[in-house]
Amino acid sequence: MAQLTLNSLYKTYEGGARAAVSDVSISVRDGGFLALLGPSGCGKTTVLRMIAGFEHPSDGTIQLGDRTLAGAGKMVPPEHRNMAMVFQSYALWPHMSVADNVGYPLKVRGVSGEARRRKVMEALSTVRLEPYADRRPADLSGGQRQRVALARCLVTEPAVVLLDEPLANLDRHLRQEMEETFREFHARSGATMIYVTHDQAEAMALATDVAVMSEGRLLQLATPEEIYARPEGALVGGLIGQGSILQVPLLTGEQRLFDWHALRHLLTDRRPGHSSDMLVRPQDVEIVEGGMSATVASVLFEGERYALKLALADGQLLRAFSRQPVKVGDVLGIVIRSGWRL
Amino acid sequence: MFGSAKSGNSQPRWLFPFVIVVIFLLSVLPLGRLAATGISSAFRSGASDLITDPALWQSVYYTVTTSFFGMLAAIVLGGGFALLLTLFDLRCKTLIGFLFMLPTMIPPQVTALAWIGMTGPSSALLKAIGLAPPLGSPQPLYSAGGIALLYGVQHAPLVYLSLRAGLLALPRDAVEAARLSGASSWRVLKDIILPLSLPGFTAGAAIAFVSGVGNFGIPAILGIPASIYTLPTLIYSKFAAFGPNTFADVSLLSGLIAILAVIGLAIEERVLRGRDYRVIGLSGQVAVFSLGPWRILAELVLWLTLLIILVMPMLALIASSLAPAYGVPLSLKTVTFHAYEEIIYRQAITRIAFTNSIGLSLATAFGLLLVSVLIGYFIVRSRSRIAPVLSAIAEIPYALPGVVTAVAFILVFAAPLPVLGFSIYGTIWIILIAYFSHFLAVSLKPVVSAFRQIDPSLEEAARLSGAGFGRRMWDIVVPLVGPAAGASVILVFLIACNELTVSALLWSAGTQTLGVVIYNLDDSGSFNLASALSVLVVVMVIVMMLILELMAKRLPKGVIPWRS
Repeated sequence: MAQLTLNSLYKTYEGGARAAVSDVSISVRDGGFLALLGPSGCGKTTVLRMIAGFEHPSDGTIQLGDRTLAGAGKMVPPEHRNMAMVFQSYALWPHMSVADNVGYPLKVRGVSGEARRRKVMEALSTVRLEPYADRRPADLSGGQRQRVALARCLVTEPAVVLLDEPLANLDRHLRQEMEETFREFHARSGATMIYVTHDQAEAMALATDVAVMSEGRLLQLATPEEIYARPEGALVGGLIGQGSILQVPLLTGEQRLFDWHALRHLLTDRRPGHSSDMLVRPQDVEIVEGGMSATVASVLFEGERYALKLALADGQLLRAFSRQPVKVGDVLGIVIRSGWRL
Repeated sequence: MFGSAKSGNSQPRWLFPFVIVVIFLLSVLPLGRLAATGISSAFRSGASDLITDPALWQSVYYTVTTSFFGMLAAIVLGGGFALLLTLFDLRCKTLIGFLFMLPTMIPPQVTALAWIGMTGPSSALLKAIGLAPPLGSPQPLYSAGGIALLYGVQHAPLVYLSLRAGLLALPRDAVEAARLSGASSWRVLKDIILPLSLPGFTAGAAIAFVSGVGNFGIPAILGIPASIYTLPTLIYSKFAAFGPNTFADVSLLSGLIAILAVIGLAIEERVLRGRDYRVIGLSGQVAVFSLGPWRILAELVLWLTLLIILVMPMLALIASSLAPAYGVPLSLKTVTFHAYEEIIYRQAITRIAFTNSIGLSLATAFGLLLVSVLIGYFIVRSRSRIAPVLSAIAEIPYALPGVVTAVAFILVFAAPLPVLGFSIYGTIWIILIAYFSHFLAVSLKPVVSAFRQIDPSLEEAARLSGAGFGRRMWDIVVPLVGPAAGASVILVFLIACNELTVSALLWSAGTQTLGVVIYNLDDSGSFNLASALSVLVVVMVIVMMLILELMAKRLPKGVIPWRS
């Protein structure tokens, strides 16, 4: 197994106004779990399809270890890349039984008889579907189909496993169960996994690395913790975690992390002109007597707490949590423990 | 066997050249050759002889008038059936619809024979019930009016289908909204449904007109005895009296037919393009109006019409086939299976025709299936802009009347083949290749609609599993389009087996098809033998239509031409 490297990938379509993928460079270490995160149409699926070999990069290279998969006039077709993919629609062949679906990659590779049957049953047991081996995909539920698709990936020990929004068609309860299955699968197989999603919670929960994309460009590539704590730019800040972005007077220094002392000064500074974006997480907003005053604009009861939207004196909105019930229109005192300049 | 593609494209490298070569051979080459010969002979000195020939303009006149009045008859019949069966709460709708669709699948020469057997002084059926007009009175169908009437019967299903498709696409909620706005049933019909169904009407009428222009079987049997020639039968007679100018003349005549057909098809294309508003609202369930006490009357009218246009002609055909000779009254004493014995056991020519027609149709159906799977795959999967163009070119030969295809292939293959040095003109191979060209669109359509229904990821998953092109086609794609492929084979077989227009110009001794033999038997006066053979053909048609009907649930929408 080896490291998967995307080297300044571009993809433009005939007649497309802008590049679908533009200058994306990512390196996924062997055994890593990379989530490609971004809103729909950001180019993440195109990147995945280029890795699989369904799309030809317009420029740039894709390498797996020292083997060039695409670029420099070379193109390894998908059938020779030793990859596997879980499709959003699962892509199970309706005319084959579950066991035949799972065993197809082996059949193509010329594995037959007892060896194939054993491997298929092994793969099915990892996803706990052995009793369903002879069923047709049409007889299975959504989650079971998903697990068949996963077993089909497992059976050949591929170098890279690609997952294209695999949870998009499942209900919330099944999603949690499947997330667990994916984690287990990753830990057990040790395969490099690339996971495309528009759901940041999913990305953060599963991946060892998160790549945030927007409009075909890679905005930030980091571990989930890093990307949560130190997002780059308003787009990433708005996409990852809950938080409010406040406009503060233009900041030019090196400083990114601000405490209450500095923030209070910035928020009361009413000079007109250019502004900087300041990300404030709701858990960093404390409600205390004698803090800066803010008016409750909306209240949402979430069970363990109340989620508030507070209006500051200049009308900017701030998210916060409260353990006590409050009413719309109440005036509270607040202290912002920390803010991150985007 | 299959080379693998180097690009991200899923097609092997040989597929594109293959598609180009096939479509060139089957469509571009013959039609291009026809156009070239037509244009060059139009500027030749002898062309003025043809253009000033009153017989030509007489036949243009007959072609246009019979097709036009045939279209009117088709509109009345097909429109009436479509409106009544689609919009109202009648009983046995499926059965009535199926029976009404039968005439369009019955070969036109058989329809013509059946109607001759039903009317006129020699009708075995009328004689059996003592209603036959006195001997010597004229057969009323040997006239332009008779031709137009039979065009109407034969092509009414086309109007029916086109209008019905439009009506079924009308969303029920649009009708319900109108009802809630206070409109009565009749107002809704007048203000909402009829205006919205007008494009379907017009398109159906245009197809009916084009089909009349290209019809050969009906004017050949009804027109030629009365010296009424339409353009297709005029071409046929030019070939019968072969002369030095024949090729030039027929290419001009075919060009005229093609122009008339293109005008009709352009009208159809135009009105259907304006039908975009049908996607608004939840479609699929059509509003059904209650006819109340009128229902029984409507049902009576429909069944009576079916009796006249289908049951009686078919009974007449059977009666003619059981009568000992043309004109002899049929009774329990005179009834004989002599004609069947004759065509099945004695006549070498009918056996040759069965062998030829069935062999040609099987070869066409299965050969075209292979071609269609590859071309269809290319059309659906290719992202290049040339794919829709190729698909349109592939459909031209079927859209044009069969006479045009036949003449085009005669022009291409009359001379010996280059390099090989022999000619396939006059052999069965020219009929086969003309069939390939003419029926490509019939075979392609079900396959393409099935391909469009396949989620591309099913094939991508197979690619990632390591399967190359041939492997994927065999393991994944072909099983998934299986039902549609089966329908494609049966449809092509059904249509090719009953076809007369293409083979009428291409046959020679030993290569007669069923259509040609039925026509020739009638032409030589063996009316009862022609009828018996026609009865067998009709039985075959009904059996195959029933097989397709049984398959219908497993097929993509729009694959079976008589279901909407």
